[in-house]
Parts: sequence; structure tokens; C-alpha cells
Amino acid sequence: MGTGTTNDSSYQPAAYLDCAATTAMHPAALEAMIPYLTQHFGNPSGAHSMARDARRAIDDARDAIADAVGAPGGGNVVFCSGGTESDNLAVLGPITDSATGSAIAICSAIEHHAVLEAVEARHGLTVAVDEAGVVNLDHLTHLLRNAERPVSVVSVMTANNEVGVIQPIVEMAEVVRRESPGTLVHTDAVQGFCWIDLSDITAAVDMVSISAHKFGGPKGIGALILGDHVKLEPRAIGGSQERERRGGTQNVGGAVAMGVAAAQVAANRNDVAERITPLRNRLADGLTAAIPDSIETGINNGDRSQRVASICHLCIGGIESEALLILLEREGVFASAASSCASGAMEPSHVLAAMGIDRDLAKGSLRLSLGHHSTATEVDHALAIIPTAVETLRGSR
Amino acid sequence: MNARSATAATKGRILVGMSGGVDSSVAAALLAEDGYEVTGATLKLWGGESDSGCCSVADVEDARRVCDTLGIDHHVFNFGDEFNAHVVDPYVADHEVGRTPNPCIECNRHLKFDRFLSRARALGFERIATGHHARIVERPDGSRRIGRGADTFKDQSYVLYMLDQPTLAAVELPLGAMTKDQVRAKATEIGLRTANKPDSQDVCFITAAAGRETFLGDRIPLRPGRVIDNTGDVVGQVDSVQLVTIGQRRGLNTAGGGAPRYVVDVDPANDTITVGDRDALNRPAVELSDLVWSHPDLATFTGPVLAQTRAHGHPQPGHFDGATITWDEPQQRVAPGQSVVLYDNNEVLGGGLA
Repeated sequence: MGTGTTNDSSYQPAAYLDCAATTAMHPAALEAMIPYLTQHFGNPSGAHSMARDARRAIDDARDAIADAVGAPGGGNVVFCSGGTESDNLAVLGPITDSATGSAIAICSAIEHHAVLEAVEARHGLTVAVDEAGVVNLDHLTHLLRNAERPVSVVSVMTANNEVGVIQPIVEMAEVVRRESPGTLVHTDAVQGFCWIDLSDITAAVDMVSISAHKFGGPKGIGALILGDHVKLEPRAIGGSQERERRGGTQNVGGAVAMGVAAAQVAANRNDVAERITPLRNRLADGLTAAIPDSIETGINNGDRSQRVASICHLCIGGIESEALLILLEREGVFASAASSCASGAMEPSHVLAAMGIDRDLAKGSLRLSLGHHSTATEVDHALAIIPTAVETLRGSR
Repeated sequence: MNARSATAATKGRILVGMSGGVDSSVAAALLAEDGYEVTGATLKLWGGESDSGCCSVADVEDARRVCDTLGIDHHVFNFGDEFNAHVVDPYVADHEVGRTPNPCIECNRHLKFDRFLSRARALGFERIATGHHARIVERPDGSRRIGRGADTFKDQSYVLYMLDQPTLAAVELPLGAMTKDQVRAKATEIGLRTANKPDSQDVCFITAAAGRETFLGDRIPLRPGRVIDNTGDVVGQVDSVQLVTIGQRRGLNTAGGGAPRYVVDVDPANDTITVGDRDALNRPAVELSDLVWSHPDLATFTGPVLAQTRAHGHPQPGHFDGATITWDEPQQRVAPGQSVVLYDNNEVLGGGLA
């Protein structure tokens, strides 16, 4: 067994399989942002030429992002601090005819907490998912028909962050338009954007959230992309930036880098998916074959058509992922399990619970997520290490 | 590869349970100085509100930052389900039937040693350590016992009475020979941020602001009770019969004047509290259940003992006959559910529940 490795800042894991948590910056994105942290440091709200330079850079980034998600024109890209703020703004911000203060919000039961807790704050309802993790549109219909109060927003994620299930967003939006025409439709595409062409989805919904660090941009910058008709009350007030939809001096360098990274994703998405999909498949097939009493979460008969290319999610019986992750890290495999709470402890996953997975089995969950920089060598290393680590843990009981 | 651990470690791997307080911080530091390859781990036990924030986030942060200072790895283990099952649920259930639980002892029994040690072993650690103020005494025959810590006021041997031989062989208690002042001085000397952190008080899952009454009231219906004296006359009333403990004097709403009256019996089935004077509270003996011993050979032990009935109580002499301690002098009645720990001088033999 190796020794602890995390205190050495120069350490590079042999297999970084946590790309759904965050990715390394794309070199072109990093290069693009640096001038806006150094010589072009102007405040985009100002009047002089340095300010105008910064403003132009932000607006160019807006256009690039709008193009990358298939939105017409760049004016309705609202920059904010990241996916969480974008989700919050989408659920809590809309000014709709029905938003009289009594309106509620609806989301799927497997949303990120950034949506889930915002919906809770709007006294919301959650839509069930099936065993594969796909949102139940009949249940959504039922909720919309029987809602006792007006529904301001329905939010369903494009792809789930834990298990990678792709949701039927266009069909979901059709249900909302039919059953509740005044209701806005939002999708959290923070995990989906890397792997799914959003054009049809963007056209079908009113709001799309993305976050730069999930696709080669920096942390601390995200965006909410709005349809022209959507009116938002800002959550951060005291500044007129972002057309009074998000106060505060913009993260100029971050926006520039996000624009570059988004363009890279849009240009290379198919090629990357073509390369990553077989790697993910090899990982999932190899691990489920090598580890007795393990399942690929929510997958029946190996059908991964409703999964993003990047995520391999397993539930492994008889172990706790909290311990497994420590053993894996020692051997250079960096992965994750469910979401962490504020203390850094692993929390039982609400996503797996919603999919009907037993709480004890869910404690043995493992998410391996690949990204554009993942390699076959990393997958080989993971395949060599993970079954042995599971065996070690099972043997210690 | 971690250069530091590769060069310094000679005594093997040890996992230190770190609460975020000064004691466990210093325990980790001492073990590292002593040549162990040390890793810190904080247990996330309670998921609700506590006096250090939800999930005790501030304490976890302190532990993490201390580990950063010491240059050691730190992990967080979520034992919340087990904590609820073994500590919180029984705590509530005990109150419901008028018993007085000791959640810290149950936490040590089920989590801080048992569960923590099995997790440590699964991760390849040979040993575990904590910052308890107690010692592990090695006896001439090679067996081990918990001994009182050097700091009389901080001694925690009472809450460790359940540790058996296999566990004692796997545990280090680096602070046993130190006073609290020495611990704080050491923390200051090596620049640990927890050096002046106040000691934790009371039950970790009950906040000072909301208190025990709110905690229990959210979980079980609290019932008012009548307070009677030894003649059966009603002399007062309480709002919540489940919150009353043997020996309690205050909050009984009895008329003033006269000799102080103590709770001598709690009968939640009939919502009745009996009070009496100091003498009525005393008992000649206490019978124990759920006995555990530090060594299997002690299971048949009978003879003179010193017995301690509270975490910071004074040990009292008596004679143990295998089930009951008969006190040399009558002692205040031990509340049912409280742990009674048997000592041979300053060493723990074992203990049980009153």
C-alpha cells in the first residue's frame, strides 16, 4: 500500500476520474483570461477606454457562450459566480404573471441542491424519477394539473451530476407548455453542456444554467442564458450590471475564459465524446465484471443510451465509499461518491434514494467521471486498482 | 509519494480521532513527534444543529487546519447513521422511560473506538489514538487497563471503562501524563490554532440555546407530572416528567422553606416524581446491569472496589459481590441508566449501568 499523497502540491494522480467535480482549465482559456487580470484590468462599468475594452471582452464572451448553447444573440447571457448562483437565479429570480409571491416552483427529485433548495424555498414540489433516474413526465403532468398555487418555474437538469442520466428536456418543456402555459422552464445544464448539443434544448426552454469550471474554464464564473421574454428580479442587488439582473462588478477574465472554453466544447464535443464513450464503457464493463456484487447504477442490459459519455457510476455492495475513496487516492485514483456536506463528510445521496436504491447499497456508491483530458492509461490504472481496493475493504470486515 | 511520511515514520501508521479541540490536536502532534505516521480523522456524528454550527462544521475546519499545520492528512468519516442508532435514539428512549443516559459513554462504546477502529483497520492503520485524558497502563502480565489521567480535574477514565483488551492494545492515549495546562502550553508552543479553544461542554447534539427540553420535546411528547412526598401528598408539579433526574433539586415547583428536597424517584409510567430529604436520597447499595470488564478474567471478580457514579464524581469505597455494590457508607442513589465504573486504585476494572 502506498502512503498519503495529498500534501505534496506537485502531486499528479495517476488517474484523475473526477471531471464531473471540476476540470483543468483549457490552455487557450487560461491564456485568454490573463491579459484581463493584468494590462486590461478595467472595470466594464466605467466610461474610459480601459473600461470599454473590458466591456467589449465580456460582450464578446456573451456572444461566444450564446453561440455555444444555441441561443439567438448574446444579450441574454447573464454572467454570475457559477452553477449554483445561476440555478438560484433561475428558480428564485423570475418575475412572471403568476409570481405574486404565492407561486411555487417544481423540480425533479434528482436536481443539484442548488435547484432543490431554491425550489424548497419556493414551497416547491418534486417530480419523481424512475429506476433509471429519468424524470416521470406523467407525474409532472399530475403535479401541474393539481397544483394548488400558480407554478412560476419548472426546473429539470439536462444531465444528472451523480449518475449522468440524460433527461427528456424537450418533452418535459412540451408538458409544461401544454399544462401550465404561464410557467417558465429551466434546465441546469452544468453537467450536460460538455456532452450534449444544447441547441434543441435551449430552443425549448426559457432558461439554461452552465458553469465554466466543468468544461475547462475557471472556477467562479457561470451563466444563466435567458429567453428574450424572461424578466428577472436580481438576487444580488446594488449594481446595475448584467442589465440589472445581477449586481456586482463582473469577473471579466473569468467571462473571457468561459467564452473560449465554451467555444472549444462546442467545436470538439462530438470528437471528444467519440473518444471518451468507449473509455467509459471499458471502465464500467471491466469494473462490474471484476467486482462481485457491483452494479452500474440504473443501467439495464448495458443500455447506456440515456447517459452522458463521461460518467461511470457504480453501487458496490458490502463496502463504504468513504473508505474506498481513501484507499483509491493512495493508489493514485481520484474519484468521488455522493455529494459532500459542509464538513466534508459524505452524505447519503438523494439521487440514489430517488432512484429507489437501498440506503446501504448507496453507501457503496462510486462515481468515476471522465473529461476531455482523460486517457486510456488512466482508465487502465483505475481498472487495475479499484477491484483490489474493494477486496481489501471487504476482507477487513 | 509523501516525502515527509517516508522519511520520518518509524512507529507505524496511526489514525488520530480529532474533534477539532486542543486535546486531540496536541495528541496528533505528540504522536508525530514520537515517530508515528499520523493521519487525522474527524467523525461526523450529528447531522443537526450543534453549538459549533450544523454538522459541527467549525470543529471539522479546526481539525483540518491543525492537520495542515502538522503536515498530515485529514479525513472526515460520516458515522451519522450509527450515531443516531446507538446514541441519539437510545438517549431519547431512555428519557421516555425515566432513565438517565450517558450519551458520551455510548458514543465511546459504539463509535469512537469500535467503529473508528474497524474503519482504521480497513484503511491499513495499525493503531488509533484519541485526546482523552487517561492512560493505558500495562500490567506485569501483559494485560492493559485504563488508568486515570494525570490531570485530576480532566480525568476521563470514567467514560472509557468499556474498552476491552483487544481495543486497549490498539489504542494510544498520548495525553495521559499531561495536565490540561501542559496540553495548552504545548499547543501554543507549536502554534496550533486550537491552543486557546474552550473545552467542549455537555452533550454535543444539544445546543445551549435550545436545550434538552426542546430536543426531547421535538421527538417525544413531554408530559407534566405531579411531585409527591414520601407520604403521597402532592407538593409540586413539573412540566416534563421525562426531564427529571434522580437527585435533582430545582424546578420542582414545590413550596419554599424547610429542608431542601431532592428527587428520589421518577415514575414516568404514572407521571409521578417523589421527593425527599437528603437521607431519603441515599442508598446502601447499587445493582448493576450490562457489566463489562477490561479483562475476561475479571468477569468473576468480587471484592472491595472504588466506584465512581458520575463523570467527575468522587470514587467511593464499597464491596462488589458480582452484581451489586454495597457502599461502605450510604451514597446518593445513582440514577437508573447512569454508568458506574469500578476502580482498583486508579485503574479501571470495568463497569455497568445502574
